[in-house]
Amino acid sequence: MADSAGAAPPKPSSSVKLVLLGEAAVGKSSLVLRFVNNDFQENKEPTIGAAFLTQKSHLPHRTIKFEIWDTAGQERFASLAPMYYRNAQSALVVYDLTKPTSFVKAKHWVAELQRQASPGIVIALVGNKLDLTNESSDTSGTPSTTTTEGAAEGEENADAAEENGDARKISTKEGREYAEEEGLLFFETSAKSGVNVQGVFTAIANAIPETQMKTSKTQAAGGGTQTALGAERVNLNKRAEGAKEGCAC
Amino acid sequence: MDEIAPEYDVVVLGTGLTECVLSGVLSVKGKKVLHIDRNDHYGGEAASVNIEALFKKYGNYNKGEEPWKKYGRVNDWNVDLVPKLLMSNGELTNILVSTDVTRYLEFKQIAGSYVQQGSGPKATVAKVPSDANEALRSPLMGLWEKRRAKKFLEWVGAFKEDDPATYGGLDLNKCTMREVYDKFGLEATTKDFIGHSMALYQTDEYINEKGAAKETILRIRLYANSMARYGKSPYIYPLYGLGELPQGFARLSAIYGGTYMLNTNIDEIETEGGKVSGIKATMKESSDDSKGMKFSTKTKKIIGDPSYFPRKVQVVGHLLKAICILTHPVANTDNSDSAQFIIPQSQVGRKNDIYIAIVSSAHNVCPKGYYIAIVSTIAEGSSNHHLELQPGLDRLGKIEEKFMGPPIPLYEPLESGRNDNVFISKSYDATSHFETMTDDVRDLYRRAEQEELVVEGLREGEQLVGQE
Repeated sequence: MADSAGAAPPKPSSSVKLVLLGEAAVGKSSLVLRFVNNDFQENKEPTIGAAFLTQKSHLPHRTIKFEIWDTAGQERFASLAPMYYRNAQSALVVYDLTKPTSFVKAKHWVAELQRQASPGIVIALVGNKLDLTNESSDTSGTPSTTTTEGAAEGEENADAAEENGDARKISTKEGREYAEEEGLLFFETSAKSGVNVQGVFTAIANAIPETQMKTSKTQAAGGGTQTALGAERVNLNKRAEGAKEGCAC
Repeated sequence: MDEIAPEYDVVVLGTGLTECVLSGVLSVKGKKVLHIDRNDHYGGEAASVNIEALFKKYGNYNKGEEPWKKYGRVNDWNVDLVPKLLMSNGELTNILVSTDVTRYLEFKQIAGSYVQQGSGPKATVAKVPSDANEALRSPLMGLWEKRRAKKFLEWVGAFKEDDPATYGGLDLNKCTMREVYDKFGLEATTKDFIGHSMALYQTDEYINEKGAAKETILRIRLYANSMARYGKSPYIYPLYGLGELPQGFARLSAIYGGTYMLNTNIDEIETEGGKVSGIKATMKESSDDSKGMKFSTKTKKIIGDPSYFPRKVQVVGHLLKAICILTHPVANTDNSDSAQFIIPQSQVGRKNDIYIAIVSSAHNVCPKGYYIAIVSTIAEGSSNHHLELQPGLDRLGKIEEKFMGPPIPLYEPLESGRNDNVFISKSYDATSHFETMTDDVRDLYRRAEQEELVVEGLREGEQLVGQE
C-alpha cells in the first residue's frame, strides 16, 4: 500500500490521500486524468472502475505520492461514506466556473469537509473549465492575495460574458474571496488545456506539513493512515501460497 | 429525477455487510444496482456508531444530560453494534482480498484468544492452544491429556477432505464427533475447549449430530490456519471498527456503477403476477422539511435485510448483548489491547456460550486509555436477561458505562424468494466471526442469480469469471 516505510531514502517520500469533491460533471476526473496521464478526453463517461489513482509530485526536498480518491458517484444523492473522508490529508473541491449551482455545491462540500475530515486537511478550491472563458491563457494561479486590478478584471469578464462567447459565471474575485475567507488554496484551471493543473497539485503538496505525515499514525483519530504501515498492521494481500491446503495443527 | 434509471437489474435494500458484499459483487459482474437505505448512514445493524449516537440509541441517561461529553471527542469513538471478528483465514478475508476492498481498509490482529475453565472466582482463564505443541504447554489439561490432545490435533492437521485414507478409519461423513473424541480418549474439559473455542460451536448439539464430525474438523482447521497466519490470535479487525466493512464494499459497488441512496424510504414494492416489478420510494434527509423526492423505478429482483420485510421473516432466537466501556484491559488477558474471550456453556451451567469481544484505542475505535468489551450470548429464558450475561460481565472488572437493551430478535426469511424474487438475508447471528454471514451471502447469491458465487479472480476477470 505505501512505499514509504523505509528509512532515509535520498529524498523522503510520503503518501498523501487526496479526495475529490464537487458536483457531477464539473471535471473532477478530467483534472485527475490531466494530472496523472497528462491527457484529456472529451465527453468522458462518469467514472467507473478505479479504486484510486496515484501520481507523484516532486518537490525540492521531498516527494509526495498522491492517492487520489474519486467519489465514484456516491456524492449524487448525498451518500458519501465517512470512510471517504477518513484520513484524507488533502481535498480538491471543484466547481465549473460556467455553472453557478456548482459553486453553491462547492461551498456545501467545504462545510462538509470542515465537519467530517481531519482538522489539518489541506483544501484547494478549484474553478475548472477555464477554456470556456476568454482568458484561458491567463494564469490566476497562486493562493496569494488578490490585487484590485485582477479582481476588477474578473468581474468585468463575468459581466461581459455573453457577448464575446465567454461562458464564465463565477468571477475570479468571487471564488478567491470565498477561498480566503475559509482558508483554502484557490485556483482556476482547465483540464482540457492543462492550464494550472500541475500547479494545484504542487501547491497542495507544498501545503502539507511534514510533521503531519510523520506523526499521524499514533493518534487515535489523527489524519493520514496510508503513510507508513505500522508493524502491527497485517497485510491481507500477502497470502501464503497454498494456505488453504496445509494445516497448521 | 434524471439520475435514477428507469430500470435496474437489482434493487438492494439496507446497507448492512451482507447487502453491501452482494451489491459490490453484482456491480463488478456488470449488473445495474440501485442500493437504498432508510438510515442516514451505512451499515444498518452492522454499523459502528460514535459515543453520542450510542447513548442516544440506548437512552441510558437523564433528559438534559450529555454524558458522552466526558468521553472526549465523540467522533473518536466507533462502537460496533455487532460483536464479531474476522477469521484471518476465513471467507470474508478471502472476499476482501479477491475484490481488492482491502485497499480501503487497514487491519490489525486481535491480540489473543482466551477460554475459561470453571466458574466464579476460581475459574481458570487460559490462551486457547492452536496447535499440537501449544497443547503440550497448556494449563488447560493434565499431562496425559495433553498427549492425547496433541495426537488428536496432529490427526486434524493431517486430515485431507478428499483423501479418506486420512480419516483414521472413521466414516467421517456419517459418524458423530463423539465417536471421534472417544477414539482419541479425550476428557470432557478438553472436548469443551476444542468444540467451543476452536471449532467455535456455541452449544453442545454438534457432538451427537450424525455426520457433523467432518464439519467440526474443518472448523478446527480454519481456527488453526487462521491462527498460523499472523500468530497472536486467529482474528483480525479493521481499524475504525466493523462499520468500515460495509462502506468498503459499497464503494466497490459504486466504482462499478452502483447507485447509492441513503435517507430513502420504500413506499411500495410493486408486483406483477406475484413477482417483483418495481419500487416506489421517497428520499428525504431528516433535516429536510419538504416532502422529499419521490421516485419509482422498475426491477425484477430485490435483495434486502429482514427489517424491510417484517411479514416475510420469522424470529429464530434472541441475542443478548451488553456493550461495556472500560478503562483497563480485561483481567487474565496478558494486558492485551484486544481479545476474544469464550466462556463455554457447560462451565457456567448454560446451553449457549458467552462471548466477550474486546477492542481498544489500538484499533482506532476509542480514545487512548479506553477499552470496549461486548458481552453476548443467546437468550435462554424470557426474563432476567442481565443475569444470563453476568458470568461474562464478571470478567470485566470495573465498568464505566454499560449499554444493554432488550433481547435482539434474530430473523430468517420464511421463503427462498424464488416465487416472488424478493431475496432476504438473515440477521447477524451470535457467532464470534463472519463465517455464517458469508454463507448467507453465498446462499443469497445462489438463490438470486442461480449460480455459485466465485469471488476468486473477480477483479481481474470481471464479467468473465464465475459463470461456471
